[in-house]
Amino acid sequence: MIKSRGAAAPFAVWMALFTVIPLGIVVWFAFTDDGGNFTLSNLSSIVDYAGTFGISIALGAIATVICLVLAFPLAYTISRAQGRVQQTMVMIIMLPMWMNFLLRTYAWMSILENNGFINQLLRLVGLLPEGHSLSLINTNGAVVLGMVYNFLPFMVLPLYSVMAKIDNSVIEAAQDLGSNIFQVFRKVIIPLSVPGMLSGITMVFVPAVSTFVITKLLGGSKTLMIGDAIETMFIGQGADYHIGATLSLVLMVMILICMAVTGMVDKGEEDELS
Amino acid sequence: MHTKEIISLKDITVSFDGEKVLDGLNLNISDGEFVTLLGPSGCGKTTTLRIIGGFVFPDSGNVFFDGKDMADLPAHKRQVNTIFQRYALFPHLNVEDNVAFGMRVQRKDKAEIRETVDHMLKLVNLVGFNKRRIDTLSGGQQQRVAIARALANNPRVLLLDEPLAALDLKLRKDMQVELKNIQKSLGITFIYVTHDQEEALSMSDTVVVMDNGKIQQIGTPQDIYNEPQNAFVADFIGESNILDGIMHEDYLVEFFGRKFRCLDAGFDKKEPVDVVIRPEDIDIVPADKGDLTGTVTAVTFKGVHFETIVDFKGFKWMIQTTDYYPVDSVIGIVLNPEDIHIMKKSEYSGEFGDYSSYSEEFDEMANPEIDLTEDAAEAET
Repeated sequence: MIKSRGAAAPFAVWMALFTVIPLGIVVWFAFTDDGGNFTLSNLSSIVDYAGTFGISIALGAIATVICLVLAFPLAYTISRAQGRVQQTMVMIIMLPMWMNFLLRTYAWMSILENNGFINQLLRLVGLLPEGHSLSLINTNGAVVLGMVYNFLPFMVLPLYSVMAKIDNSVIEAAQDLGSNIFQVFRKVIIPLSVPGMLSGITMVFVPAVSTFVITKLLGGSKTLMIGDAIETMFIGQGADYHIGATLSLVLMVMILICMAVTGMVDKGEEDELS
Repeated sequence: MHTKEIISLKDITVSFDGEKVLDGLNLNISDGEFVTLLGPSGCGKTTTLRIIGGFVFPDSGNVFFDGKDMADLPAHKRQVNTIFQRYALFPHLNVEDNVAFGMRVQRKDKAEIRETVDHMLKLVNLVGFNKRRIDTLSGGQQQRVAIARALANNPRVLLLDEPLAALDLKLRKDMQVELKNIQKSLGITFIYVTHDQEEALSMSDTVVVMDNGKIQQIGTPQDIYNEPQNAFVADFIGESNILDGIMHEDYLVEFFGRKFRCLDAGFDKKEPVDVVIRPEDIDIVPADKGDLTGTVTAVTFKGVHFETIVDFKGFKWMIQTTDYYPVDSVIGIVLNPEDIHIMKKSEYSGEFGDYSSYSEEFDEMANPEIDLTEDAAEAET
């Protein structure tokens, strides 16, 4: 056997330099004032941002649910397809990810703008009078759309990889024992897909909650999410590293709590079934 | 034996990707019967089972259950249950919930479910395993859970797709007996798919031998073994020496330039036929007293008997004998009329039954004693 303990050393150094130490710096900023003295005032001033946290979590959750609803049947279809069809479908899912994230979001801007593709098209066919436009951009809807568009593959892929492992004969056995298609899904496919769902939810919800690019480009100044709030605390006038660090820390704790809750839901489901 | 038909397949044809898997198959199965579909892989036996189960729909032909056409009936509405090749147990459920699955789908009464689960676990010798997780069970135990799960639904017909293939030999033998007992005590129809001829012979009321998407022979195990209808069946079920012969008249056949009495009749005069002689039916006598004489070219000890390959004028026979005859000894054989089975010529004639290039592909253990290159060289001289 090859000795493997030393092999992880470069990664350990990497983690220490670029994750553990910066995290320590964030914590230090969150609990100190400008003079470098310990304080809890940063933490108490977070109350002002309760609304921002609320809207971030709400929009992130809505986007996650939409992703799950869209991805589940899609992932199932891919997992049951023949070899070559399956590979092609997975590639199509991945295709948008080969394009730059900013580019994709800018593309949505030009589609949703007041003089964008959709409004121009509606005017052209006469569904909108000249000079009027539907306000599509700078809405919460546009933000959710941007999240779903950008993060959908992160829901499809873990679901697909778990579902691909479900043996066809297990599905046939359920049918054989009298289950119709809905019962097969409810009693066999969904319970067996739970691990994929959980990693999909995590992989969509976490970046969705903390995004600031999507809100900035598609939400305008109307929607302020926690990511945007953190950004303004580190860049430009009125920057306050202490508040910014505290916001980051609180966001991190909230995400950890959300993940723990989903983990418990999974466990509860298992207990109920067994 | 019941005589009422429960399942009837009429003129079933199925193709996958343009390749015919079943070709005009007709099969009637009686209620309460243990029927085995036997054949090599790719013969269409599993497809036949899946048609009955409702997982494959034929291109043409009809499936009748109790006289009613099941053409459009999906799997979940059929009164049959399947035991799948790799058991296909639900990995997220424990033993009890696996067994109860079908009854819960049918929204049966809770007390009734509990009672049936206990009864089924008792039937398959798994009392007390209710709460065990599937992945903590051995292959044999998983097999039993699969049986309990299928039977808990109280099916009229149980379909078994090579259920014992993954078990080791000893366990397989035990399970054969157990399955047969379960079938007898419940009195339901079993349709059993296997490629193992011994399994088929020892368990079945009726054996259906299949090859190339067609039924080659249907009969009792004794019929199939003693009166094979063509060279394929003779070769697939046990060992056979198959020779070219000519039927001179009823009860008189000629091969190797000699005439022999036999028990078969109903052939045309001078009709070319295949003659089957089972290796265990041949009596060895001193060379000067034999109907035919030959030279021993190889001997393998098999425990119960010696498998002796004997060269008769360039055609090698297999003879099973309890006496040891060393290589190169010259022996004679005597054939009694009941040892000789006559078959009509078929597409399989000439393909099987000559041990000149004998290899033990169907045996589990390789045999170092037979030197194939030496055999081939001898066959040429």
